[in-house]
Amino acid sequence: MEKESRIRPAGDQALLVEFGAEISPGMNRRVHEFARKAGVHKIPGIGEMVSSYCSVLVYFDPLLLSFSETASWVKGFLSPEPVEADSPSKIKEVPVLYGGEFGPDISFVANHNQITVDEVIRLHTGETYLVYVVGFSPGFAAMGSVPLKIQAPRLASPRTKVPAGSVGIGGQQTGIYAVESPGGWQLIGQTALTLFDLHKDPPSFFQAGDYARFYAIDEKEFLKITKDGIQKSEFRSLSGTR
Amino acid sequence: MIEVIKPGLFTTIQDQGRWGYQNYGVGIAGPLDPFALAAANLLVGNPQGAAGLEITLLGPTLKFHRETIFALAGADLDPQIDGQSISGWTCYLAPSGSVLSFGERKSGIRAYLAVSRGIDVPPVMGSRSTYLLGRFGGLEGRTLKAQDFLPILSLEENFRNLVGKVFSPTLRPPYQKNPNLRVVLGPFDEFFSEEGVRAFLTSPYTVTPQSDRMGYRLQGMPIKRQKPGELITCGLANGTIQVPPNGQPILLLADRQTIGGYPIIATLIHADFPLIAQCAPGDQLRFKAISVDEARQAYLQLWGNLGRFKQ
Repeated sequence: MEKESRIRPAGDQALLVEFGAEISPGMNRRVHEFARKAGVHKIPGIGEMVSSYCSVLVYFDPLLLSFSETASWVKGFLSPEPVEADSPSKIKEVPVLYGGEFGPDISFVANHNQITVDEVIRLHTGETYLVYVVGFSPGFAAMGSVPLKIQAPRLASPRTKVPAGSVGIGGQQTGIYAVESPGGWQLIGQTALTLFDLHKDPPSFFQAGDYARFYAIDEKEFLKITKDGIQKSEFRSLSGTR
Repeated sequence: MIEVIKPGLFTTIQDQGRWGYQNYGVGIAGPLDPFALAAANLLVGNPQGAAGLEITLLGPTLKFHRETIFALAGADLDPQIDGQSISGWTCYLAPSGSVLSFGERKSGIRAYLAVSRGIDVPPVMGSRSTYLLGRFGGLEGRTLKAQDFLPILSLEENFRNLVGKVFSPTLRPPYQKNPNLRVVLGPFDEFFSEEGVRAFLTSPYTVTPQSDRMGYRLQGMPIKRQKPGELITCGLANGTIQVPPNGQPILLLADRQTIGGYPIIATLIHADFPLIAQCAPGDQLRFKAISVDEARQAYLQLWGNLGRFKQ
């Protein structure tokens, strides 16, 4: 509700609007609804707005606006009402080659939960996930929540290099490293899709608020997708709800 | 063209940053000392945000293949044209075939080279800033190498009258070794104990060697928490000072990740970005908390100097 939201300075060029302190689809919808409404009604001096799980960082130009003026503008878009979910009409499907050299932690995830690798794959591919945020590195989509039986803690020491396309599990979340970067999630597979292309607009395959599902492919299909360059940003429409 | 004979320690093309793509995980990049880049640009008749070079500690050796109007601002890294010492904060005309080189640093660590009409690499997502994590922008998304060639545009005749102009010392940021840095507390200072906040605001923090364009790792009195756990990941403004579990603060800068989850005790004010940008490992910092309105005043005051130069 509105009284839960807080607006505080993040230095003199930005302020943070927090809607609460939870990771949930309902909270995330409020974030995106706020960003959407505010985004179409920007006043001079309002800059970029960076959305995350339950907050929005609003940049402003201190040459034009004070913190108080920006906060007042923000308040105009805060609403106490919950935002209804729409049924996910577009679910982006991600083909994944599970295990093997690009899924070096899949056994860990299995053992940690005392299930088999096949069950990890079955559970991971059985859910429709909400993309909570795209961030940390270009195109990295953090999604949730994975079934309890495949949750796994992040690595104690992050890897300095995670290959592009790596599919991982971190806590309750799953996600995909779109570009090579350091990373601390448990890697369970690799997708052949190109998830970040700087010549496209938008450059990222995923955006916050998208829905995603994973499906298993074998090595032959994986090579075919990467070799033939089959349409890399396809998604299939699925009717119905998650 | 500008030929890179020697690349220097860590030289990248930067303009004032890549805005608009943080929701795709693309960071802003841009100069650590935005005032110095802006001033160098104004000296050569460019808009403040034109693309120039950020030069770190050991400068490059560059050959101008045509007459070029240029200026340096920020650190004094002992610049020379064909072996003759030149000054920072001054507009020069480099003859065709002349060579710009650098000696031993005298003060600061980051110098900015602006050339008239900017460095003409193609923009990526609206900016010429180098984004090292994404490996794009600037010149192929990387630091300069020997035998790189930087495209520049031909000199405009009516810009010749800029040559010799100086950006007055009275208009420059108050650079100093071991600066006092002003911060606005929050947005999550309530995560820290009173003792922790007091340590942060009263004891010195040293810049460690693990400091770069993503952020400066500092070492000093540990900043204690009073609430366990992490933040829920949120957007990170430039200058965010986050404190991981070991209590040693990290001051995030231009190449930081777009979002993160360590508790944030304070945020550096814009007017003091030039000061931190010139700090080297071993320098000592002290933090002072001011209000957000005081922070704004400080910014208007300093950035107003860019306008005062134009006149």
